[in-house]
Amino acid sequence: MLPKDQLAVVLKEKFPDSFIEITDFRDMLTVHIRSEQALDLLRTLKTDPRFAFNFLADITAVDHLEMGGPARFAVVYHLLNQYEVQRIVVRAWVDEEQPSLPSAYPLWKTADWQEREVYDLFGIEFSGHPDLRRIMTPDDFQHHPLRKDYPLQGRGERSNFPVVKRRIGSKWQEAKSVQ
Amino acid sequence: MGVERSGGVEWLTTTVDAFANWARKNSLWPMPFGTACCGIEFMAALASRHDLARFGAEAIRFSPRQSDLLVVAGRIPIKMMPVLTRIYQQMPEPKWVIAMGACASSGGVFDTYSVIQGIDNFLPVDVYIPGCPPRPEAFLDGVIKVQKLIKRDSLGHYKPPVEETAA
Amino acid sequence: MTLEAKELSTDNLVLNFGPSHPATHGTLRVIMEIDGEVVTKVTPEIGFLHCGFEKLGEHLDYNQYITVTDRMNYLSPMCNNVAFVLAAEKLLDLEVPKRAQYIRVLMCELSRIADHLLQIGMQAVDVGAFTVFLYGFRLREWIYDLFELAYGARLTTSYTRVGGLMRDLPDAFVPAALELLDRAPDTFKEIDGLLTHNRIWLDRARYIGPISHDEAISYGLTGPVARAAGVDYDLRTKEPYSSYEDFDFDVIIGSNGDVYDRYLVRLNEMRESLKICRQVLEKMPVGPVNVDADSKYVLPPREEMFNSIEGLIHHFMITMENQGLTPPVGEAYVPTESPNGELGYFIVSDGGREPYRVRTRPPSLINYSAFPAMMENMTVSDTVAILGSLNVIAGELDR
Repeated sequence: MLPKDQLAVVLKEKFPDSFIEITDFRDMLTVHIRSEQALDLLRTLKTDPRFAFNFLADITAVDHLEMGGPARFAVVYHLLNQYEVQRIVVRAWVDEEQPSLPSAYPLWKTADWQEREVYDLFGIEFSGHPDLRRIMTPDDFQHHPLRKDYPLQGRGERSNFPVVKRRIGSKWQEAKSVQ
Repeated sequence: MGVERSGGVEWLTTTVDAFANWARKNSLWPMPFGTACCGIEFMAALASRHDLARFGAEAIRFSPRQSDLLVVAGRIPIKMMPVLTRIYQQMPEPKWVIAMGACASSGGVFDTYSVIQGIDNFLPVDVYIPGCPPRPEAFLDGVIKVQKLIKRDSLGHYKPPVEETAA
Repeated sequence: MTLEAKELSTDNLVLNFGPSHPATHGTLRVIMEIDGEVVTKVTPEIGFLHCGFEKLGEHLDYNQYITVTDRMNYLSPMCNNVAFVLAAEKLLDLEVPKRAQYIRVLMCELSRIADHLLQIGMQAVDVGAFTVFLYGFRLREWIYDLFELAYGARLTTSYTRVGGLMRDLPDAFVPAALELLDRAPDTFKEIDGLLTHNRIWLDRARYIGPISHDEAISYGLTGPVARAAGVDYDLRTKEPYSSYEDFDFDVIIGSNGDVYDRYLVRLNEMRESLKICRQVLEKMPVGPVNVDADSKYVLPPREEMFNSIEGLIHHFMITMENQGLTPPVGEAYVPTESPNGELGYFIVSDGGREPYRVRTRPPSLINYSAFPAMMENMTVSDTVAILGSLNVIAGELDR
């Protein structure tokens, strides 16, 4: 893999509009890019023999509502080059109004369930995904729980179930309290 | 049984009751609804060191129609709660429910949007076993408490069982 | 009179498998379309144990979250603890003493043995062989005894702390551990004898659920499932952490990627873990288990806390609500080799006492996403065998 400065030069000439910067914190390189060209960057990192990041370890997202940044959401991709044992992180910044970016499923099949999880928990849509629906929360769950404006205790979803009562002899045995 | 309705033959029913309770408590067939870490300690209670078979509860039946003790071992999230309610309703009487562990009893460590804060909010529970996870010995203690509950039971309680779900 | 065979119009049966089913290990649901006995389409459904771990992490501080990480992969909880504190220590740029690193390696390897034993036991129970489960649990109870001796808990360990460990090992630990290491190979031999050349096991595991090397990389598989498919990548040798480079062991690679290869990889990995444990106990250095107590990350010793005002203030600074250990703004990810695959915690910090975002890279979820690919042309009974071989742990799958 190229060293950090050369990598910055190469990426700046390939993605002049969307490339933001490369940061290096505790030996972990992070490429910040805007969401429109994130898929092209991933394709370059996978197929270009200078980089050869053949393994996608993780896709996740961070909601920067309280922390600030170029946009509200950042979709984070962790890539690994298994031949030379190198890791790199790609952060695709996604705007708040219509959070959407192209899906990485054509490159790696592991993106399938991980992007569904990001959609479920953050509400970021992935265009071109084969089957984008909720994976962790129930199908009729209304909100996206991991956003910063959703409270930890939820909005009443956990107390919304029928109470089973049962009669033993002449006594009704009931549930204790509904929280 | 129609015997107790005729009145005046309580000595017969108490003997029959005692016999029935003795038979029921020594042959509990658990239905393990193990979701998380407590399920592993439940499995450890079934293994050879802490042997649950000594209490007659060796026949683990994963079908609710064939079991009489529902052991809810682990945290119950909102997606799993309708499943648990349905399993409970499918079990025939008489049945007992053990809430094993802190998460089934009260939500445990997880005071979040997705975990039911104790199954006793929606199901009637007979015995609670605290611990995170409870040791297998604690689970065996819980089974013994269920056996004590059964000893005080009476056949007259189940005539006919009425179960309703409030909306 | 000749009868003509007419084409009967048939429909595929949709069978719902789970979420409450003995072979789904808790909370998995698989919706299968079957044509006779052959499964034509498989749709797994997960999320039945989703508890909001990641959101909970934003409200607990670093040392408190260690107790929550236990509950993720509850078969080998020490591995989760170690993975989390490694990420927190990378964020804080702390170097933990050698003794603490060696003890962490020892505990991780013992947890690996416990995890693989239970996995082989449950897989055997699903296929019908109950004895293996009981033999495996006997050795697991001995390992639990060791854990209890070291830190008092069997399953929810929470042994590590940011900056070291909760406490040092007691003196009785090393003799007890050496005794366990002498007894353990017999259990492996018993399991080997019961399963490896067993005709029934071979019929139910050989050529079942195969996955190729390139598919394994595309699906992001790691751990024994990937190594059984031929992917030669073990994080303990390629990206060593916590002094794994000091130990000498082999990495087991399979060839077919089927259920039988996964079983063999796990069985032999347990033997390699015993080798590592023995080396750790022989080479264990003497010294402290926590970083320097003067730094602001570790609680001071109790005598100092009770007898001096500086110790008391130091204790308050770490545990009280509006202070506590505060890392710099940034993020860290340290991949570790858990028994299921690559487990890592991605921690984003905004400089506060609690992490801004804690993300677990869940090997169970990623391994399970390849399940539909493994189920090409398999029968209903193979579903159970393949599901067992993937070692899907619901706590880590759904978090």
